[in-house]
Amino acid sequence: MHRSSPLPVLAALALAALAALLFALAVGSVDVSLLKVWNALTGGAQDTAGTVVRELRLPRAVAAFAVGGLLAVAGALMQVLLRNPLADPYVLGLSGGAACGALVAMLLGAAALVTPFAFVGAGISTLLVFGLSRGRGAWTPTRILLTGIVVAAGWSALIMLMLSLAPEAQLRGMLFWLIGDLSGAEHGPLALVALVAVLVAAFALARDATLLSRGDVTAATVGVPVRTVTFALHALAAGATAIAVTVAGSVGFVGLVVPHAVRLVVGNDQRVLLPASALAGGALLVLADTLARTLVAPAQLPVGVLTALAGVPLFLWLLRRSAP
Amino acid sequence: MSDAEDRPLTIADVAVAPDEALLECRNVTLAVPGRRLCKGLSFAVRCGECWVLVGPNGAGKSTLLAALAGLREPAVGAVLLGGRPIRSWGARERARKIGLLPQDSFDAFPDTALEIVLSGRHPHTPRWCRESAQDVALAQAALAAVGMTHAAARNVQTLSGGERRRVALALLLAQDPDLMLLDEPTNHLDVAHEVRALDLLGERVRDARHAVVMALHDLALATRHATHAVLFGVDQVVAGPASELLTAPLLSALFGQPLVAIAHPRGTVFVPN
Repeated sequence: MHRSSPLPVLAALALAALAALLFALAVGSVDVSLLKVWNALTGGAQDTAGTVVRELRLPRAVAAFAVGGLLAVAGALMQVLLRNPLADPYVLGLSGGAACGALVAMLLGAAALVTPFAFVGAGISTLLVFGLSRGRGAWTPTRILLTGIVVAAGWSALIMLMLSLAPEAQLRGMLFWLIGDLSGAEHGPLALVALVAVLVAAFALARDATLLSRGDVTAATVGVPVRTVTFALHALAAGATAIAVTVAGSVGFVGLVVPHAVRLVVGNDQRVLLPASALAGGALLVLADTLARTLVAPAQLPVGVLTALAGVPLFLWLLRRSAP
Repeated sequence: MSDAEDRPLTIADVAVAPDEALLECRNVTLAVPGRRLCKGLSFAVRCGECWVLVGPNGAGKSTLLAALAGLREPAVGAVLLGGRPIRSWGARERARKIGLLPQDSFDAFPDTALEIVLSGRHPHTPRWCRESAQDVALAQAALAAVGMTHAAARNVQTLSGGERRRVALALLLAQDPDLMLLDEPTNHLDVAHEVRALDLLGERVRDARHAVVMALHDLALATRHATHAVLFGVDQVVAGPASELLTAPLLSALFGQPLVAIAHPRGTVFVPN
């Protein structure tokens, strides 16, 4: 079977993403009709509802979409790079590095430094893993994976140390960051630009990535420059993850569940899987974040709680349905 | 499979004179941790030749195939493809000249058999293009050649070892390189498919535009198809015409197992003495 055209699936996912965005803009402490949402977006409405939609809900929805898309694409790439459908964007310890950076900034009481410190932490973690796993000049998936898991364990030890030492008043903020939370998310538009850039770059390498998922040797013998492609894809995945955790903290499960679920529907061709994962991951996180801020209103849940709560049964259901 | 006559003549076809080497292994020594293999091996593969690599387990046959495929740098010496060092070829142009059937396939993800075979068309497909209808037709013909048409839509993770091996062989057929390198192509195959697979390779070689180099444990099949052989001895690796090397005395010494040759018009059988 040459799989049937992927366009219907991509179109359906795009529509789902659009619906999720409209839902996010319309629902909340003030319910706004879709007509008013439209007016607010086109600049017509200057009332409270318009302001709420434009200045509160839109930036947050954009950030949610971008973070979800980045995590899903990074997860899909990590699964290819480690030849393992269980890999997720955090498997190499990148979120641990980012969390350590963010928590240090919080301990210092420097709220403005949380974002830059998180990004630097993610970068340090990436360099550490690739520096340490380069034994005898060769990076093998197993070696990278083992190094990443150990480095992640190191970060989590540091995180626990900081949580134990932190003053009571800061614990809640730290916990929300660790779970993943979009309530204070800035830099949404930047993350969206990053998502588009990562997606375009990854798409250019998508056929090579599909071949790489079948092993180094097979890929090399059919003409994939394995080292170059591996390096480029690792850089894209690490960059995407670093930006996502910097914006929203370590939102779990999206990067694992979305590419896996999408693969069950569209197959393993990365030319389809990558854009489909971006749309599905974005839509899912927008939906989850909207529920996170409305379910127990006026209180808000960190979105990471909902992605895990919804992701687990969804994943198990898909897995059971697709059993060969 | 694609008939060579249907293919438009390329510069490569014209440039390589019939007696010029497709692939040359020049004074090659390979290093693996703790050991040196091959020790100064030289031979040249020309179109129309079928080389078999014969020797005990761990003698370095797969390592040599990796070096011939350009996937591994020899410690000493050089591998030349069309007169140029093989590592200086771009990955895609090299993949149009040389293909390798590895010993094992690796299926972490649920690809269909047709998708696996289509990956053989990668070096022939420009970066921003999808595989054409012709590529799909070639992949389907390759599946048909190995008797796997019925499994085109099957998830390769659900195939048996022998079926998976035939899909891997179909990938190489779809890739259609001038030189095929094969590491134990008959692994997991039943006797009928063993014969059929090697006959497919034999046909390709006989058109005098292609060549085959394969590691093979079945000595009867080796004598049936090989024009040349490389024997991986303990101290020494020798290359030469198959008729001179695939003999009972040399093979007995090679494996440390006395063998008696029983000649048959379709090949020679070696029976343990």
